[in-house]
Amino acid sequence: MAVETKTPAPGTMATDDREMLISGSEACAEALTLADLDVVTAYPIRPYDTVMQAIAKKIANGQLEAEYIVAEGEHSQFEIVKHASTVGARVFCGSSGVGWMYAMECLTVTPPLRVPMVCMVGNRALDDPGAFGVEHNDALTVRDLGWLLIWVDTAQEMLDTTLLAYRIAEDRRVFLPIAISADGAFLTHSQAIVQVPTRAKVDKFLPPYNRGDLQLHPDNPITVAPQANEDWVIEIRRQNNEAMNRAYTVIEEAYADFRKTFGRGPENPWFEEYMTEDAEVILMGMGTISLPFKVGIRNMRAKGMKVGLIRPRWFRPFPTEKMVAALQGAKAIGVIDRDYSFGSPFGSGVVANEIRAAMYNADKRPPLLSFICGLGGREVTLEDVYKATDLCFEAAKSGKSPLKTQWLGVRE
Amino acid sequence: MAHFTCEVVYRGIFQKNLAARICRGIVLSARKAGRWGIAFGRYGDSPQRNGIPAKDFAIVADTQEELEQNMARYEPKEVDVTICVDDTLSKGVESWAWYGLQPINRLTVPNGTVLMTSLQSPADLLKDIHKKEAPYNLALIPAKASFSGLWVYKEDHTEARILGALAKIQPGFLSLDAVCAAIQEAEWGSELKAASARKAFERLESRPVKITEGNAETPFSFEKPKWWEMREGVSIPAIPIGKPMEGGKGYVPERNPYFKKFTTRTMRPVIDFDKCVKCTLCWLQCPDSCFDVTPDGLYDANMESCCGCGVCEAVCPAKDCVTMVREDAFEDNASQWEMWRRDKPAYMTWMGDKIASKQHVVRSHGFRFRGQYEEEIKQSLDQGGTEITAGIPGENAVGKQR
Repeated sequence: MAVETKTPAPGTMATDDREMLISGSEACAEALTLADLDVVTAYPIRPYDTVMQAIAKKIANGQLEAEYIVAEGEHSQFEIVKHASTVGARVFCGSSGVGWMYAMECLTVTPPLRVPMVCMVGNRALDDPGAFGVEHNDALTVRDLGWLLIWVDTAQEMLDTTLLAYRIAEDRRVFLPIAISADGAFLTHSQAIVQVPTRAKVDKFLPPYNRGDLQLHPDNPITVAPQANEDWVIEIRRQNNEAMNRAYTVIEEAYADFRKTFGRGPENPWFEEYMTEDAEVILMGMGTISLPFKVGIRNMRAKGMKVGLIRPRWFRPFPTEKMVAALQGAKAIGVIDRDYSFGSPFGSGVVANEIRAAMYNADKRPPLLSFICGLGGREVTLEDVYKATDLCFEAAKSGKSPLKTQWLGVRE
Repeated sequence: MAHFTCEVVYRGIFQKNLAARICRGIVLSARKAGRWGIAFGRYGDSPQRNGIPAKDFAIVADTQEELEQNMARYEPKEVDVTICVDDTLSKGVESWAWYGLQPINRLTVPNGTVLMTSLQSPADLLKDIHKKEAPYNLALIPAKASFSGLWVYKEDHTEARILGALAKIQPGFLSLDAVCAAIQEAEWGSELKAASARKAFERLESRPVKITEGNAETPFSFEKPKWWEMREGVSIPAIPIGKPMEGGKGYVPERNPYFKKFTTRTMRPVIDFDKCVKCTLCWLQCPDSCFDVTPDGLYDANMESCCGCGVCEAVCPAKDCVTMVREDAFEDNASQWEMWRRDKPAYMTWMGDKIASKQHVVRSHGFRFRGQYEEEIKQSLDQGGTEITAGIPGENAVGKQR
């Protein structure tokens, strides 16, 4: 339950912002209310269901006027919002783990139709076993389908990113769906102090959704998704690719405008850098895994070890040049994946393989170490962090990367 | 080093198994002489569903390497023999809807052969088959379009007859003995079908076609848009509102310029305007918006857009008002309503002639009573094949009975 605090917190908070103690999921629901959501669908699965409950409460309390459609499963859920979006509704939907997978057909057909659907994936391990803990493989399955993909770290970032997501997805140059990944439990279920902006400020930042000539309307009769033969497919894929390419510009513009409007937000939308200025070893990991790593890095820094963290936010589109530039000063890179890619090159995680691919044409290619850690919501301990860092320093010294992927925290 | 390439142009879904079996038979027959081959279909979703023209191919070659040389493209650019198992396709093939109209003989090499199953005369067929800038041969197997290829294979010996005919056309690649042996060894084989193949071999009639012969019309074609010209979001705008007719009393809808037209039908509706009760059902139900609304409130099927699906006939509540008639009975796409309005007695004569052979018991796509197909098979077997006697199972391969 959201607890609204009475006293304004000290710090950078703008005077007209409210401060609330809310979970990542509730922060998402706050943003959806501010964004004046039109249609939301719901089908429960943990940990995503916390969002649909929070929205239901908003609607019941009269804080949000939106169609709340309870679907009979995730497959229908995503189809409903897809169609609502084509008629010009601002939509929201989401799921977790195997629920997300059950909607896969709908997730596949959404990007070619250029539907700016905003979704939250409450990251969860893929059954079996029926585990509720966080893994990133659920959201990563849409990596190659034309979805924009972002990982968030805090409840504040969840709220801000949700607003940004509508701004970016609904930009006519993009019109692609966005999946906002939030780590199950660590983010969806833990409450933090969040600054909630006013509706007036959000209105200034987020224009109404205008689908233009692609809107299904009696005054604009069009057919969406007709049967097409194979001689149309490559052109449609090419169009999607152009939209994905244009998203780079739109994302940077949106973040700049966000900072101007709300007085917060990162300079660099693509990834967070923590103590990387002089870092010899750069660790990388997405989502809430950054917390134990930041703490570990502070402890190691106290001992004089030059180690820093890069936490990628946007995974699609992937910020290749910026990422490569940020890694040029490192003597070794350690990528910690909360996911896996069985049978992939060196049996690495998805992020590690992606960073390796990005670095292939780089001037400097420091040794890259791949770690799999924290699967199924397992705690990432400081010992795990130290172990990964030690291996990275060894590689930095020898200049060679052990190609074998290390599994951290697994019972052996 | 030699190779032989063949296409089978067929009605999607209705004849897909037939076409596959013909191509399979070609490869199996050529294998008897130690050759290598491949049989493949040019798959498309629309033809597989709708009865729209589709193609299967067979390539045989002396060596595997030579076979690969000829397979390294999506579909052959020229073929030694074009096989057409539905003579309504002689008006041209609008394959996969978007490429425009391909003359049936387009891929046939100079001095190659177009082999058709048809009950029409070569002269009648050549009214429809487009002119070609090289001479070729037209070979005919007397038979109606086979409907044996839908889902399950219903024996009418069409594939055996085609293979027998091919042995005559290309003896260097397929000997009659090899064809018969392949038929007997294949899973559909029997001595009876081999006899049909021999009969077709003996009776096959072929005549050269000169470059001066044929339909002189220029086939239409479409421009395909570039990726940046296409609308985004897999969306297409609606076609514009149509135009009024005769001072607003009638109405002609606009038609999608990209949609398939003219050639994809096996049947077309013939309308008895005197029997029309103006219920609008044909106009409402036509999936191709094919009907023009006439000033007198009647509905005129526009042959530019009619795909011949037969929905109008099926939904029409007035007895004998809409009758589907084989496409090869027509030589132009002129308006029936205009003909009727100009000279009603003449129209009635014309219409009576077109629908004369139709017996209205049950309305369906070309078949009007149960057993009609079997009756027609018998008829066509008498002209080319061997009649299938009772008691022989459809799938009567010797190998299966073992």
